[in-house]
Amino acid sequence: MTTLPIESQKTSQIRFTLNGEETDVCFAPYKTLLEVLREDLGHTGTKHGCELGECGACAVLLDGKPVLSCLVLAVDCSGRQVLTVEGLGEDGNLHPLQDAFADLGAAQCGYCTPAILVTAKALLDQNPHPSRDQIREAISGNLCRCTGYLQIFEAVEAAVLKIAAQKSTVT
Amino acid sequence: MTPVGARKANGDELRVIGVPRRRVDARAKVTGQTRFADDIFLPRMAHSKLLRSPHPHARIRKIDTSRAAAHPGVYLVLQALCVDRVRHVGDPVAAVIAREELTAFEALDLIDVEYEILTTISSSEEALRTPEPRIHEYGEEGNIHKLVALEFGNVEEGFAEADEIFEDTFFFQGNTHLAIEQHAAVAIKDPDGKLTIWSSTQTPHYLHRALAKVLEMPAAHIRVIATPNGGGFGGKSDPFNHEIVVAKAALMLDRPVKICLTREEVFYCHRGRHPVLMKFKTGVKKDGAITGMHLQTLIDGGAYGSYGVASTFYAGALQTTTYHIPRYRYQGCRTFTNKPPCGPKRGHGTPQPRFGQEVQLDKIAERLKMDPADLRLRIAESSNALTANFFRLGTVNLAECIRRVVKVSGWKEKFRKFPEGRGVGLACSAYLTGAGLPIYWNKMPHSGVQLKFDRSGGVSIFCGATEIGQGSDDVLAGIVAEVLGIDTFDVRLFTGDTDLGPVDLGSYSSRVTLMAGNAALQAAERGRAILRDAVAEKLEVPKERLRFAERRVFDSAAPEKGVTFQEAVCLAEARFGTIGTVGSYTPPLYKGGGVGPLRPIPIPPPLLKWK
Repeated sequence: MTTLPIESQKTSQIRFTLNGEETDVCFAPYKTLLEVLREDLGHTGTKHGCELGECGACAVLLDGKPVLSCLVLAVDCSGRQVLTVEGLGEDGNLHPLQDAFADLGAAQCGYCTPAILVTAKALLDQNPHPSRDQIREAISGNLCRCTGYLQIFEAVEAAVLKIAAQKSTVT
Repeated sequence: MTPVGARKANGDELRVIGVPRRRVDARAKVTGQTRFADDIFLPRMAHSKLLRSPHPHARIRKIDTSRAAAHPGVYLVLQALCVDRVRHVGDPVAAVIAREELTAFEALDLIDVEYEILTTISSSEEALRTPEPRIHEYGEEGNIHKLVALEFGNVEEGFAEADEIFEDTFFFQGNTHLAIEQHAAVAIKDPDGKLTIWSSTQTPHYLHRALAKVLEMPAAHIRVIATPNGGGFGGKSDPFNHEIVVAKAALMLDRPVKICLTREEVFYCHRGRHPVLMKFKTGVKKDGAITGMHLQTLIDGGAYGSYGVASTFYAGALQTTTYHIPRYRYQGCRTFTNKPPCGPKRGHGTPQPRFGQEVQLDKIAERLKMDPADLRLRIAESSNALTANFFRLGTVNLAECIRRVVKVSGWKEKFRKFPEGRGVGLACSAYLTGAGLPIYWNKMPHSGVQLKFDRSGGVSIFCGATEIGQGSDDVLAGIVAEVLGIDTFDVRLFTGDTDLGPVDLGSYSSRVTLMAGNAALQAAERGRAILRDAVAEKLEVPKERLRFAERRVFDSAAPEKGVTFQEAVCLAEARFGTIGTVGSYTPPLYKGGGVGPLRPIPIPPPLLKWK
């Protein structure tokens, strides 16, 4: 019997929290978080554009902070919290960032969108009222070839207002 | 965008078109649910990788794939992707199909290729100087792929009339699309033995034709599904070797085969903007009026043709569309070089000479001591003009555009007012909406739409148009919803699928809104006419009085008198049987009115004597 090539051997196993749910996954040990999310967990919302850490399309939140999942080994994610675009909405509703991106034309081809959404969420979690320059800086690692970024900045700003309005109704 | 509250020809307010609203595909995109080609995972799916040439130009003496084929996890090795010769670094030589992507990648190292290095041709000038070895056997001669020579009016006469002649040489270095999504494709042998391929292509119809030819299969047994493209910009409009590889492998292995290119490989596929060396000779009067222009281009095509014949025409065709140029001569020359092939990229061949023309205009303004904006205003071509090369311009209104830009930008306050190293400039450009001719010669429509009207009140749109981020799905839904007075949410779209929808030539040349849009309009209007007949009969209202809006069909004289859209479909179905309509669009050929069809006057095409 032929021995399985190493890449076919799912010998690594981790338990981590994916979009709020405890998750177990087995995978080949060389795999990046990006590959495990997409190939072993079927979470294809996270994209890839270079797999070299240049384009930002694979950004996810690791313990609340944006990381490039193509540069993170999945074995390093044991016990940690991962948030992807699939986990942005709550109770069947879109996150205000998602609503704003959809309404204001900030998603055109939609390929860079998931990563920009989670990156923007990390910004708003830290700084609920960012300036245009702070938004610009926060997503400066995410390339978008369709929009020219203006609609993206406007959508983040619209989401800021909506989140603030939601909070004031709650309190 | 149409302003809110714009009106249709019959005076009705537009309710969908031009009204800000969420795109039909926006929710899928912001939730990560849009299924791009590499998001497709199928049971038993194998992965493919291509072995690419490390040499810019070489003869393949020998390939030995036996070690790769024996590697554990490898299912298949395909060779002869490039038959006996590689023409650029990255030209594919062989393909490995394996259980895992990494296995396929590693097995590439086990393919032994013996190359005989050939002379590398790395620039257009070198291509002209080096007719042998020929990179391709086809083309004009030597390493010249395509020559174009056109003259409209007597240009020498124009130069004789001029007060000043300007001669300038410019070089545009080329660039690439860099869509964030890398090209990907998945192919399967269907359970019935036919072929289906999903691919991030802008042109499923052209891929369909290419696959039928290469695989020697009837096109009717091949289904191409263009997945939404994560950006295209022209870079995904050629049928690619990797698409043919997965199709062939899926048929041979009878299992799904996927390929996703690495970013490096995307650069090898290229098809980006051509590097162009260009010479402009322009005659002007003292007041700035152009008396004649002669443009020569030397175009670096890279290693393959792509849509380069069209690029060579485009590089000269649109110079006349912005400013009045009464006499115009164009000579274009596209060469083959040993670099990744150039092809269509946004504006397809026109931005390069546009850059040269606009820079030269600034030099002209400088010499004539005119404000560059005033010069352009003075010579701007007007709406509905017929250009020297027989383009009938539509609603150009360039002068008004320049006036507004000058006003809003604060041009008068800024021009020449900034410190050394900073400045403002003004340039204009124009592009046509859709190509008048298809890539292959035929008289059939360029776009077709089928509509299915359902008893539920829903309408399904079937069309070959391809969503690449530009909003083609939304355009179709918007037009159909507008005509039928329903919401875009009531519409289902089946697009970019050669089995489901009528042909649309693809998402290129800014053509989809015009062509698929008009096809959708025609289909929707035909559907509305059927529904109107049935409702008019039922309500006993003259059909001219019926309006379609807010999911209702009602008497415009007595709006409370009406039926729901769903009831209208049911009435029509009861009256006429199952309701479906079609629409199509074929670009018109201009006839009569003293305007001939585009009939260039050929001049003898001597090789460009480029010094």
